[in-house]
Amino acid sequence: MHISECSMEMLQALKLKSVEQLFDDIPKSVRIEGLRLPEGVSELELLREMQSMLSVNKAASAHPTFLGAGVYHHFIPAAVKTIVSRGEFITSYTPYQPEISQGMLQSMFEYQSFMAELTAMDVVNSSMYDASTALGEAVLMSHRIAGGGSKFLISRAISPEKKLVAKTYAKGADISLVEVAYDHATGLVDLNDLKEKLREDVCGFYFESPNFFGPVEIQAEEIRSILGAKPMVVGVNPMSLALLRPPGEYGADIVIGDSQVFGTPMNLGGPMIGLFGCRSEHVRKMPGRIIGMTVDLEGRTAFCMTLQTREQHIRRSKATSNICTNEALLALAAAAYLSVVGRTGLREIAAKNVENMRSLATRINSIKAFKAPRFKATHFNEFVVSSEHLSEKVHRHLLSEGIQGGYVLDRAFPELRDSALYATTEMHSKADHDRLVKALEGVR
Amino acid sequence: MTYHQAVHEVPLLFERCERPTPSEPFDATLGGAIPKELVRAELEIPDLPERDVVKHFVNLSQMNFGVDNGLYPLGSCTMKYNPKVCDEIVSWPTVSDIHPLQDPSTIQGALRLMHELEIALCEIGGVDAVTLQPAAGAAGEFTGMHLVRAYHESRGEKRTEVVVPDTAHGTNPASAAMVGYDVLELPSKDGCVDAEALKAAVSKDTAAFMLTNPNTLGLFEKDVVDIAKTVHDAGALLYYDGANLNAIMGKTSPGKMDFDIVHFNLHKTFATPHGGGGPGAGPVGVKRPLEKLLPVPRIIHQGSQYSLDYDKPFSIGKVRAFFGNFAVLVRAYAYIRMHGGDGLESVSENAVLNSNYLKQMLKDDFELPYGNLRKHEFVLSGRPLKSKGVRTIDFAKRLLDYGFHAPTIYFPLIVDEAIMIEPTETESRETLDAFADACRKIAKEDPQTLHSAPLNTARRRLDEAKAARDMIFSWREHKKKIGTI
Repeated sequence: MHISECSMEMLQALKLKSVEQLFDDIPKSVRIEGLRLPEGVSELELLREMQSMLSVNKAASAHPTFLGAGVYHHFIPAAVKTIVSRGEFITSYTPYQPEISQGMLQSMFEYQSFMAELTAMDVVNSSMYDASTALGEAVLMSHRIAGGGSKFLISRAISPEKKLVAKTYAKGADISLVEVAYDHATGLVDLNDLKEKLREDVCGFYFESPNFFGPVEIQAEEIRSILGAKPMVVGVNPMSLALLRPPGEYGADIVIGDSQVFGTPMNLGGPMIGLFGCRSEHVRKMPGRIIGMTVDLEGRTAFCMTLQTREQHIRRSKATSNICTNEALLALAAAAYLSVVGRTGLREIAAKNVENMRSLATRINSIKAFKAPRFKATHFNEFVVSSEHLSEKVHRHLLSEGIQGGYVLDRAFPELRDSALYATTEMHSKADHDRLVKALEGVR
Repeated sequence: MTYHQAVHEVPLLFERCERPTPSEPFDATLGGAIPKELVRAELEIPDLPERDVVKHFVNLSQMNFGVDNGLYPLGSCTMKYNPKVCDEIVSWPTVSDIHPLQDPSTIQGALRLMHELEIALCEIGGVDAVTLQPAAGAAGEFTGMHLVRAYHESRGEKRTEVVVPDTAHGTNPASAAMVGYDVLELPSKDGCVDAEALKAAVSKDTAAFMLTNPNTLGLFEKDVVDIAKTVHDAGALLYYDGANLNAIMGKTSPGKMDFDIVHFNLHKTFATPHGGGGPGAGPVGVKRPLEKLLPVPRIIHQGSQYSLDYDKPFSIGKVRAFFGNFAVLVRAYAYIRMHGGDGLESVSENAVLNSNYLKQMLKDDFELPYGNLRKHEFVLSGRPLKSKGVRTIDFAKRLLDYGFHAPTIYFPLIVDEAIMIEPTETESRETLDAFADACRKIAKEDPQTLHSAPLNTARRRLDEAKAARDMIFSWREHKKKIGTI
């Protein structure tokens, strides 16, 4: 190692001759001789190298994408980026010292407040990793609320990614996930199947609105009454709640989702931000960090982490979850986004999503050999397109036209042969839709 | 003492004056596009001028302390400086505007980056394969414990217990419990694992032993070779908590120490910003026999093409959607690339030098239990202050007045009045000297000053019991409470 004068003096203060002596306590038998990694580069060289490596990625701006399936391309106002880039925010950590961390703490409280308004839930925590892990945690929390149970019901109309993650979480508590069918005409929960599977040993039910295929659930009240006292867990796209009835109004016990739609880019699906809310009676069974309002010595309003006896750093193996690092910066982005666009802006954006969805679905439906939306229901910004052509063929054709089409459903949902899930947001112009429609017309 | 944090009275966004908005009522059915029974009646989100929003958050940021503001010696969290170039790279549309379900042919650069990051982490960790999927350190532990469970199940064994030292991070026992294990906490001896006690504790029921080395006291577990043998002889696996990896890069590796499973905290060791609590990333590395159990998809490199392999019948499945926290992975990759192998070794050398230097300056004014040579962090006991009625919490709060973030306190639990200090390699001697001066000065200050600290921060000490009692977690709740008064 190249030793600076300062380091030399520090070594002298320690009465050492070399830095190596600081590692004398590592047994010889486990020592290694350095790392076999390429030599480091300067900032300029790094930028060149990474530009060249990453430039082969096709970004949505140049290569329109109609993918959603849990990750959405939305506009992010410049002010949001300014706020999120503040060094005081981005380089801080979990606010263990609240007196010097009020900025992040109040921002987290504002995030919780926005999400509580949107979902109409009593408590929203200050974030989980993403919607899939939020679902995993919701299964475990339902198990705690129900006081046991070996099965948890999930709607079949959820993303395969989420299902796999939830399964991993459920396994730790020896809970098995049982699928509830969807109605093949509407895409909504098949209530008869739900009733049939709702046995004694079931500790809750998860469904989404809008669900993975796009339909907005219209039977929420009936589901609530079928479930009786069993926990009802609802998955939402929080942006759709600008228009739609919130799950707090139809009796959800737990609400999950992903707040990525508010101010976080797609980033190849990470980081995302798991939304997690519940009714206040369940708060002590909730995972994750919660920020509460209080006062300081002088009686001034202040914020701090609270109900920490649920968390791993206090409760260790008896904690409600192992989560420590969460997605705080993205919660800040969501709070900044919602305050910049405001109620009026959010409604306009949501309305534009619905308008784009309806217009695109209608146009695709009018193309010979395509049907959209596949399900007869109300949709938000996502819908299933089925076709007489093979999905893979449609996908390849679109790619050759420089378009990323919808998410092909055939593999995870064999019953939806030759179908794909399309999303459209305010980011799509009429020209983007024209381009897609023209390309679909060209499939032979 | 010159530090003064900004003190603002920042009303909640919900309490601010709204901008002029359309007077006609909003039709949420969008002219009948959405049935009436599905639409919401109200939406209480304030309509604010952008100018006020920016002012709101900038004022809040001034009431927040990050690494950019000054020393943040939070033990076990590795709060080092975050190179700004990494933030710039993730702002490129070729990073931010790509979708995880895009055709692999259109994200070749991203797949290559992740593949190369896996290879670099294999070298640093001394392991054979890495998954980047876990979103944080605790998620890495959770993944690791699922790998443990799958490994034993694949051999037809049902083991029920995971052993952790009493100095372990809280996430260790919590993660093991989440995967269905009973947790046995092993008392330490002289601050390290008691090798004999471990021998007595392991059995055919032991699934794994979780260890961080150097441990949370900053001590290198000198018996690590024996420990590994004991664990493996019992048929159990050895798990490495990577929280303290910043101490040993290029000097030793978890793989070399015979650990089977390792998690990395990219936000710690590889300097990705901690974001006020996250995001982080917690990739997991394993030795060859466990590779087939890793989460799907695996990134495959063939010829000049990268592709995704979901066909892994022994895989534990998925622990997070898609690929993990990609934007964090990109920053960590850039950090590793900038430093190179020698640079990373220097990082560890300087981290350990800084820690020992600071320890040397402070050990006589406080107490330094358990041995002298430390790695990247050290734990002092604030016991000497107790005699004058001052507790570690008072000392920590007073440090804020001097413009330093406080160390981790009251952890690990085996040290009375613990003060856990991790200065990291990015702090200059000048800063370390100033911090040591402040610590010594505070130790001599009168108890009253310390009890009333902090005075120079945005708020004085908080009534945390009130927060737990009132349970106001949102504007909604707050409004309800005000309404009932």
